[in-house]
Amino acid sequence: MIEDMFQILAENGRARPEREPSLPASDLQKLYSLMATTRAADLKALKLQRQGRMGTFAPSLGHEACQVGSAFALQRKDWVFPYFRDLGTYITLGLPLKNYYLYWMGNEEGMRIPADLNIFTISVPVGSQLPHSVGCALAMKYRKEQAAVVAYFGDGATSEGDFGEALNFAGVFRTPNVFICFNNQYAISTPVRQQTAAKSIAEKATAFGFNGIRADGNDVLAMYSLTREALEKARTGGGPTLIEAFTYRMGNHTTSDDASRYRMEAEVNEWSRRDPIERFRLYLKDKGLWDETFESRVQREAEDLINKAVEEAESTPPPRPEDLFIHTYEEMTPELNNQLAELRDFLKGEPK
Amino acid sequence: MMLNMVQALNQAMHQEMEKDPRVLALGEDIAVDGGVFRLTEGLLEKFGPERVIDTPLAESTIVGASIGMAVAGLRPIAEIQFMGFIYLAMNQIIAHAARLRNRSRGRFTVPIVIRTPYGAGVKALEHHSESTEALFCQIPGLKVVVPSTPYDAKGLLIASIRDNDPIIFLEPTRLYRAGRQEVPEELYEVPLGKAKIVREGERVTIVAWGAMIPVAQQAAEIVGKDGIFPEVIDLRTLSPLDRETVLESVRRNGRLLIVQEAPKTCGLGAEIAAFVAERAMFNLEAPVLRITGPDITVPLAKGEDYYYPSPERVALGLKKIVES
Repeated sequence: MIEDMFQILAENGRARPEREPSLPASDLQKLYSLMATTRAADLKALKLQRQGRMGTFAPSLGHEACQVGSAFALQRKDWVFPYFRDLGTYITLGLPLKNYYLYWMGNEEGMRIPADLNIFTISVPVGSQLPHSVGCALAMKYRKEQAAVVAYFGDGATSEGDFGEALNFAGVFRTPNVFICFNNQYAISTPVRQQTAAKSIAEKATAFGFNGIRADGNDVLAMYSLTREALEKARTGGGPTLIEAFTYRMGNHTTSDDASRYRMEAEVNEWSRRDPIERFRLYLKDKGLWDETFESRVQREAEDLINKAVEEAESTPPPRPEDLFIHTYEEMTPELNNQLAELRDFLKGEPK
Repeated sequence: MMLNMVQALNQAMHQEMEKDPRVLALGEDIAVDGGVFRLTEGLLEKFGPERVIDTPLAESTIVGASIGMAVAGLRPIAEIQFMGFIYLAMNQIIAHAARLRNRSRGRFTVPIVIRTPYGAGVKALEHHSESTEALFCQIPGLKVVVPSTPYDAKGLLIASIRDNDPIIFLEPTRLYRAGRQEVPEELYEVPLGKAKIVREGERVTIVAWGAMIPVAQQAAEIVGKDGIFPEVIDLRTLSPLDRETVLESVRRNGRLLIVQEAPKTCGLGAEIAAFVAERAMFNLEAPVLRITGPDITVPLAKGEDYYYPSPERVALGLKKIVES
């Protein structure tokens, strides 16, 4: 048992009734379906990558509860600043799955976030999205909008300067931020004990003058409840919160990584006993909200969604030369026009 | 009204903030103290602490938070206290501010202005005399603006605040209080991406920017006594470059001298020499000449004069290029 970890569902699916959120049965089933869809979509991506149909990407296996549970607590007016391992967050918030596949297939078009979603683009430089989330929260405060801003990041990000700077800003200005760290124990190969000498990530919040709490990141209800509470506090002027989701990266860092080089199989096996989806399935079953029929319906719906998204992504034409130029500035500069014309001329003359 | 550059920039911020509630200012010591150069004086009193924000000492987050504000619909003016400290924010500037429009295929834009005093010539401490503008000129998605007069400073800053792309706005410290000029009371824009011929002349074109403009002007006065009348172009926007104005002048005058305060190698002068070679080579009657700082660290006060291009050095270059 991890010290001071907020949990609602034990590994065997038993809930602590005094902590259970008052969610209708349909929402509980929805949470399950979102997690199952995330896993299926993630495994599909892995398959596509191995078949050479998709580029390198960061799998979300094992993060379904912390991604889905936290995102499920968001309202449409809230903002989200993701990192690069957020498939379940996207699925929960309604970003078309096609976008996700398209981006990792190597087309910028995938990061054209639909205008009705307050989701920021992916941030690959680790931790660098945290300052953006603080600025966005300052803007909410300035405009007196009752909206909160969530930033996601991993344990490695907590060693970056931007983490310290951004959380410090948030504390000073009491911004409506919720910082959610997926502590999955590894930053590529670096274990968390080599990332920090602190007892937890959560306790770092104390130094910035606000609350931090460690949650069982494989417990979807714990993630939902804590995030909901922190969001409400943020929206009503209570300032920021840091939530550490204690979890495990069941897959490789990215598809280019081989985790067996730096971690023991026994450790992975130990964590697979704490699988977030299995735990929630046991809980639902106990409540009479899960059976084989429900399961096959969830799987079928996920498969349909995924197949359609893959088809859409794969049938999206590659960018035209001008697509690579026109978003550099609001207007094309004379020099960019010259360079585009040169590229077009070259392509015209190129032997077919 | 007769204003120096600090006053002109201050007026531009006051007036643009009055006009547009989306504009706000943030940075170190800009509010209560009014900025270490008093450039933001009076803004806090007028617009309050939610719009004129004294931040913790965190350059990366000053820029990063500005990006987040911009995404949420605001138009922040971020101050980096000296250019020597902007490197702490480089990741935010290069990896995000410059690319966000492209990364999001136009959904997110970053209409922020990053103002910072830059350049030598004031006998300052280490890190207070940098002129590393070329670092920013190489980054697609950024615009780099440098005024050399109070009039241009006001008009360029207003145009920068209204522009929908991220702007590095470099303010030559040496020119902050170097002189006053008639600056209109009303709001006006000096267009970005347009150089200006500030002295008409013949036989040689000087291209310069920022604090090198008065140096070039003085050099022109010196050689005028010998019957040489150089044309002086103030680039005003370093990125995107107004190549056409430079090419037109060079084609007419046949000689090009570039005055650059920054170290020589890979400075902006190198790009100017390169595109002139590409597009106006056969109009040249002499090799292009660059008068620049040497490839050394900007010296402290006692050694600064060896570094800084002087009117005399430029004048010597002018004589050499015209006689060759």
